[in-house]
Order: sequence, then structure tokens, then C-alpha cells
Amino acid sequence: MELRTIERKGKTVDEAIKSALDELGCDIEDVKVEIVEEPSKGLLGLGKKPAVVRISIRQTPEQETRMVLEDLLNKMKIDYVINSVEFEAGRVRINITGKDMGLLIGRKGETLNAVQFILSLIVNRDRAEKIHITLDVEDYRKKKEESLEALALRLSEKVKKTRKNVVMRPMTSQERRIVHTALQTDTQVTTYSLGDEPNRKVVISLKK
Amino acid sequence: MPVKELVEYIAKSLVDNPSAVEVKGIEGEKSLMLELRVAPDDMGKVIGKQGKIAKAIRTLTKASAAKEGVRVSVEIMRED
Repeated sequence: MELRTIERKGKTVDEAIKSALDELGCDIEDVKVEIVEEPSKGLLGLGKKPAVVRISIRQTPEQETRMVLEDLLNKMKIDYVINSVEFEAGRVRINITGKDMGLLIGRKGETLNAVQFILSLIVNRDRAEKIHITLDVEDYRKKKEESLEALALRLSEKVKKTRKNVVMRPMTSQERRIVHTALQTDTQVTTYSLGDEPNRKVVISLKK
Repeated sequence: MPVKELVEYIAKSLVDNPSAVEVKGIEGEKSLMLELRVAPDDMGKVIGKQGKIAKAIRTLTKASAAKEGVRVSVEIMRED
């Protein structure tokens, strides 16, 4: 990810930093400061050197994710509006809307998943600590999550009644996480995943 | 060709060596073939485990091209 970086000179380090912050229009907390050269008063006016600092804007996960998403959707020529960008517990959630949303979601959410995947790869490229990204369109995912949770609960009732395991259809890791989480607190059933991607399935079974 | 730029943008954002990224478009009547070339060390960055990244790039490109009624295919070229 390319950060905006500028270099400024000044009589003192503080002066150089101030002039850089004025130009970028941000506060000291939002930037990373690197002192390239300490000032030197020189001797009898000889060898006098100004302070040189390098200032780069530190972007929050929200800002960075938003920026990459905008680049990506603009290049895709998609008509969109970003409704919200939230960051909580290492996960950025972005919700967008617009004219082309049917196209952006694609068959069974295939295109939306691909955009989310590429977005996440680009944002996390040079990050030591990875951030999770959830890209949602007009709450498409939220509604799907809710119906998946409801399905998990119904199937868990079936397992309790029939005392037989239920194997769900192959799902993505995100969908599987939703099922595991939904049934985590259930004292009678347990869940685990079986098989290899992209055919990995959740099994719901009775607790022994 | 906007989709060509799209593939170029994605590839350059993923690889370690963006200056080696090259996308060539071969136009048919209603179809477009894009040939993507990257540095040999960067092949994995655009293909991914089990071709997952390549598949995502194709999905995005197809969706974007569909808006203009163009059929597009993306081929990742291996230099021998």
C-alpha cells in the first residue's frame, strides 16, 4: 500500500515537522515521523545544515480498506455508494449500495466474494497483523447470515430429535464460521468441519 | 479497454515486482482475450492456492466486462 510521504526542511526538527503537517493538513498523531537529518549550526556560518524530516500519513484500517475498494470498483466501472465503514475487533465491515449491485453480487454472491477476496489480499499485502474484511451490499450478507443461523438452529433440532448427524452443503469458511458460532453455546450438539476446500462441510452431531 | 486496466491494477497491487506486469489485449468481434504476464517469482501471487486468486481475477473481470456486453477471458502466461 502506497502511503503519502513528504519531506520537509526547517531550521529545527520541530519547525520541519510543523511545516510538513501544515501541508498535509493533519495532526501529529496521524503520521509517522522520520528524522532524515539533524540540523547542524556549523562553525562560523560554515557547514550550516537544515533539519530534514520525512512524514508519512498513517492510515487507519478503515481508511485503507475504503481507498482500495474505491480504486477497485472505479476500475470495474461499478456504480456504487459507500454507506458505512466500521472497524471492530480486527474486522473491517463495509456496506455499499448503488445501481450495479446485482452485477456486483453475481450468481450466488460469487462476484461479491471475489471482490472481497481481492480487496483483502491487497489491503493485507504488507501488513504484519492481518485485518479481516467483510464487504456487504445492501445487507445482502447480513440477511444471508441470518437465514444461515436459522437453518443451523433448525438442523440442530433435527439432530436432537433423530439422534443422527446432519452434514450440511459445502460452504465457504465464512459461512462455516457462522454455523459454528450459532451452535457454540448449545449444550446438546457440537459442530465440526469435514473434507477439503472447496467441498468442506459442517457436520452437526450430538454431544457425547 | 477498461477491463485491461482493471487486470493491470489488480496484478500490480498483488505482485512484488509491479513493473514486470504486462497485459496484452487481443480483441475479437464481441470477445476480448487478455494475456497477463508477471515476473516468474510473482506467478503464485496472481494464481494462488488451487488457482483461487486467478479465479477471483477472472470473476471480477467478467462482471466488469458484462456491463459493456463484452465477453472476456484472462490467460496467465507462463514464460518459458
